[in-house]
Amino acid sequence: MRQFELESVEKVDQAVASQRDQRRDAFVAGGTTLLDLVKLDVMTPERMVDVTHLPLKRIEKLDDGRLKVGALVTNNELAHHELVKRDYAVLSEALLAGASTGLRNLATTAGNVMQRTRCPYYRDPAMPCNRREPGSGCAALDGINRNHAVLGTSNRCIATHPSDMCVGMVAVGATIVVEGPQGSREIPFEDYHLLPGDTPEKEHDLKDGELITHVILDAPRAGGQHYLKLRDRASYEFALASCAAIVELDGDSVASARLALGGVATKPWRAEAAEKALIGQPATRENFERAAEVALADAVAYSHNGYKITLGKQAIVRALRDATARTTATAA
Amino acid sequence: MAPTPYSRPGVGYCTPAAQAEIAERPSAAGGASAGNTRNVTLSVNGEQHRLALEPNAILLDVLREELGLFGTKKGCDHGQCGACTVHVNGRSVNACLMLACMQEGAEITTIEGLARSAGYEQGQHPIQEAFLEHDAYQCGYCTAGQMMTAAAVLNDRAVAADAASVNDAMSGNICRCGAYKNIREAIETARQRMQGES
Repeated sequence: MRQFELESVEKVDQAVASQRDQRRDAFVAGGTTLLDLVKLDVMTPERMVDVTHLPLKRIEKLDDGRLKVGALVTNNELAHHELVKRDYAVLSEALLAGASTGLRNLATTAGNVMQRTRCPYYRDPAMPCNRREPGSGCAALDGINRNHAVLGTSNRCIATHPSDMCVGMVAVGATIVVEGPQGSREIPFEDYHLLPGDTPEKEHDLKDGELITHVILDAPRAGGQHYLKLRDRASYEFALASCAAIVELDGDSVASARLALGGVATKPWRAEAAEKALIGQPATRENFERAAEVALADAVAYSHNGYKITLGKQAIVRALRDATARTTATAA
Repeated sequence: MAPTPYSRPGVGYCTPAAQAEIAERPSAAGGASAGNTRNVTLSVNGEQHRLALEPNAILLDVLREELGLFGTKKGCDHGQCGACTVHVNGRSVNACLMLACMQEGAEITTIEGLARSAGYEQGQHPIQEAFLEHDAYQCGYCTAGQMMTAAAVLNDRAVAADAASVNDAMSGNICRCGAYKNIREAIETARQRMQGES
């Protein structure tokens, strides 16, 4: 494993001042992505800054109804928090569908936001990868791309975003708060992760020296919630397709809906057109199927992942069905 | 235990190309692998160990190679198998993805200290007894990690006692021999015994 320097900071401004170049100076908290990728020589920081002593470990209900989650809250703490289980069930379910007990005890909220793709070509420095090494090519385009994305791809990169938590956060709606050399700023969660386009190496909207300090969840939405994750085995595996759904009914019709997809896209994916297609429509299987068609309308299949278009639609239909069933149960 | 300098740069997986680059790269300390150690005190199984560690020392490697605690196993070294599971402040974690230098002040428990950490001064933790009784292993390589996760799961009120919840909570510990059925039975037996005690 390559050598690097390690220092520890106690305050957020020290952390911000410590990072001159985000590729060279890496913030480390849970380390479950970073150390994995440093061992593989995929990430090559010269210095790590231990941020685990920063005072960012609280979950706090704000006066406006939103929930402010500290960057260092672990995935397990967030998943099992009373308010998250009650008001953001889809997020709690998404978190618990990801990784394992041991990893979730280490992995943090901000670290999960920063999680890297599991594309095997990205993870192997011997292979070409535009995301890891700009301009080197994409081995997945004509390679073993069964696990790759069908939405949001480009001819430079088709890597799937691996997070479950982020899909849950897109569904409930959230804001990322960062602290940087110019002070603090807020980024809508959906704008944080970037599509690969021509610059797949640029994964997020974070400048040098900027540190995620919080994720603020929108005020709880009305309706039933459900996260469905489909994968090769029933546990401890990344999604082939997943869907976070929130459905609010007015009588038998959909009053409002939120739909987010995982496992099929290059970033945590909001299916906004599909949400709109549902509003005002009766909550029937036929209408769910129609929404699923809308959600995957722009999907592009590669040599081995065409099944994901079908699977993604089925995930949407089932997630909508189960979210709707919970709405009814709540009303009754 | 006497402190031992931790000086092997190659511990853990490293590509040949990276090895070569590291060997050639100059560092402020005069070499990529030597002289960059720091003094760290780790609390492991109730004992304080003063160690000289490199910044990139991984907790799993330090436990095994510096402290001689070979009960904790290295399987995949990438957080995919759970063989390296230990407790840090009572919670199960993957020691292969933790920097040892970041664990100062934490209470680390390995399988060697599990029974004592749970108040069983003599003999074994109920989960260890139950694994023996139920033959909950074949080759045994994953067993320490299985028991460490199981012991934490049994103490975790967030994990329900039904089979599906236990399966899910244990799913990060892979058993290539496929002893899962007996592992699940052992956990259930241990749960009943621990409830009987309290």
